[in-house]
Amino acid sequence: MTAEPAGTDRGTAAPVAGARRAAGEATPADLSTPADRYRMMRLIREFDTLALEWVRTGEIPGGIHPYIGQEAVAVGVCAALGPGDRITSTHRGHGHVLARGADPARLLAELAGRESGLNRGRGGSMHAADLSLGILGANGIVGAGAAIAVGAAWAARRSGRDTVVASFFGDGALNQGVLLEALNLASIHRAPVVFVCENNGYATTLPVAAAVGGSAVGRAAAFGIPAVTVDGMDADAVREAAEEAVARARSCGGPGFVECLTYRYEGHHTMERRMRLTYRSPEEVAAWRARDPLERLRPAVPAAEIDAEVAALLERAAAWALSEPRPDPAEAGAYLYAGGPPPRPGVPV
Amino acid sequence: MTWLSYTKALNRALGDAMAADPAVCVLGEDVGAGMAGPTLGLQARFGTDRVLDMPLSEQAFTSFALGAALTGMRPVVEFQIPSLLFLVFEQIVNQAHKFRLMTGGQARVPLTFLVPGSGSRLGWAGQHSDHPYALFVHAGVKTVVPASPADAYGLLRAAVEDDDPVVVFAPAGAMGAREDVTGQLPPVPLGSARVRRAGEDVTVVAVGHLVAEALQVADDLDGEVSVEVLDPRTLHPFDWAALRASVGRTRRLVVYDDANRGCGVAAEVVAVAAEEVALLAPPRRVTRPDGAVLPFAPDLDRASQPQPHQLRDAVRAVVK
Repeated sequence: MTAEPAGTDRGTAAPVAGARRAAGEATPADLSTPADRYRMMRLIREFDTLALEWVRTGEIPGGIHPYIGQEAVAVGVCAALGPGDRITSTHRGHGHVLARGADPARLLAELAGRESGLNRGRGGSMHAADLSLGILGANGIVGAGAAIAVGAAWAARRSGRDTVVASFFGDGALNQGVLLEALNLASIHRAPVVFVCENNGYATTLPVAAAVGGSAVGRAAAFGIPAVTVDGMDADAVREAAEEAVARARSCGGPGFVECLTYRYEGHHTMERRMRLTYRSPEEVAAWRARDPLERLRPAVPAAEIDAEVAALLERAAAWALSEPRPDPAEAGAYLYAGGPPPRPGVPV
Repeated sequence: MTWLSYTKALNRALGDAMAADPAVCVLGEDVGAGMAGPTLGLQARFGTDRVLDMPLSEQAFTSFALGAALTGMRPVVEFQIPSLLFLVFEQIVNQAHKFRLMTGGQARVPLTFLVPGSGSRLGWAGQHSDHPYALFVHAGVKTVVPASPADAYGLLRAAVEDDDPVVVFAPAGAMGAREDVTGQLPPVPLGSARVRRAGEDVTVVAVGHLVAEALQVADDLDGEVSVEVLDPRTLHPFDWAALRASVGRTRRLVVYDDANRGCGVAAEVVAVAAEEVALLAPPRRVTRPDGAVLPFAPDLDRASQPQPHQLRDAVRAVVK
């Protein structure tokens, strides 16, 4: 871990809630200092804490897959990326989308189904995307992003850009055939992709030991992809491993694979809260909470100040998001096609 | 004047599209060798980084194409076997087709899926003989089924230029077709039908390779029944105005569709006609049976496909 004296690093200014409205104006989050990284982890933690509350109160329709506990992975990986790089994300995507620099106010508006949300209220939690930041979408299908990442990386490379694509996925995706196919495609094309496996121990309720034959890094090694396992509760350990893989990919050295051992403090999704499942013991949860990635970084940064900043930011973001209009029901079919006649309505008018 | 084959038309469309736009690339299985026909010679002309031979990983290379489409390329993905579409339904429908709406219009998804040899090639049995275009129509993916070489050229060019995913079915039964063409062929806009034969008494809507059979049946019935043959060319978006115009005049309808009966394109065409036109007789569909799985033995294979004599009987039935 890189320690810097407390109080000397205030990092970059926090984004202003709702200020960035139009696509193309966004810039990726600056995560270059420990304070930046702590601030982003705090933002993700508090964002999802608020989102959990909004699911409970009904401000967020449906539910979410909270990222709480895994913050060091998104922040460590995104800290290793450059401004032109891209990511693919997962059903548990709020952390990745925020760490890449998406406006938290617009992400909140998206989760609340508002017209000014990141996706104009058309995607919600599982499809949050900001293409202007290189976010090729959260994804509702486990393992689906990896091959999209390989194609995007190949396209960038053949047009002469040195773009790297980071593809996040969980341990559950290790058993999706298309992910293994994607590893192979990346290997044979030497595509500049960093595969990031967030191993949080469970595919919904199924423990890794009961689901994964061999290992995560063993799968990568079988395709000739250099792979490492790091402590996913340590943002700097993740960042250092990601930086190495990103640098190799950028200099035409081919794809890399980083397995991050992490844990979600909350259930798989918000429905689990009502179900009182017992697949994880309270002791196990407590043991992982004791290794909290924010607490690890806290002594090195002006934490109290940052915490207050983030709280104020989220308060403004929440107020703004809830004041934004909902989409017009007459526009339910908008954005389906880039061109051509509008689809027929369900009932002729 | 050129005597242009259907396969050569697809090949020329791909070559012209690649020459016109450096973002166009082709990928799939054995596309370098040109095994299926449409990609023959393209790798030698455009290089291995624009004509990519892919390993047998249909799901990954379909999403690979999506990733490339989202970041500036205009890929064409070839599938040698129509039933491979079942394998990549997730990637085409759930990922590529839905991407634009789910992101609130943040991206264009210029992706073409080319299926040369769709339908039965006689003797290739249950897993190589499907004609699953109705699935894509139902899901809302743009779907074209060219009947002639000129339309194969024009519709494939239009599909590649389109900013949404488009599936292009090139029926096995049409790929032997040849046509005299003159000069540069124009693109054919998606969603525009073509009246292939004008008639007064009954409209026959025929899909893909069945257009040629329908024209033959119409000729055979000349003097007995005046048959109008309408080739929709694009199944989604369908040219409903053209259907309305034709059936509005004839007020009799038969649909000739080489696909499974239940929830098929023929069912949709008949439903629209019934909703919008006061028909003079109950409409008829001539299709594969419900849930058809084409058996191997040639007589059984043929017996599962709609046939000209069935069309003739259906036409006579609706004009009776």
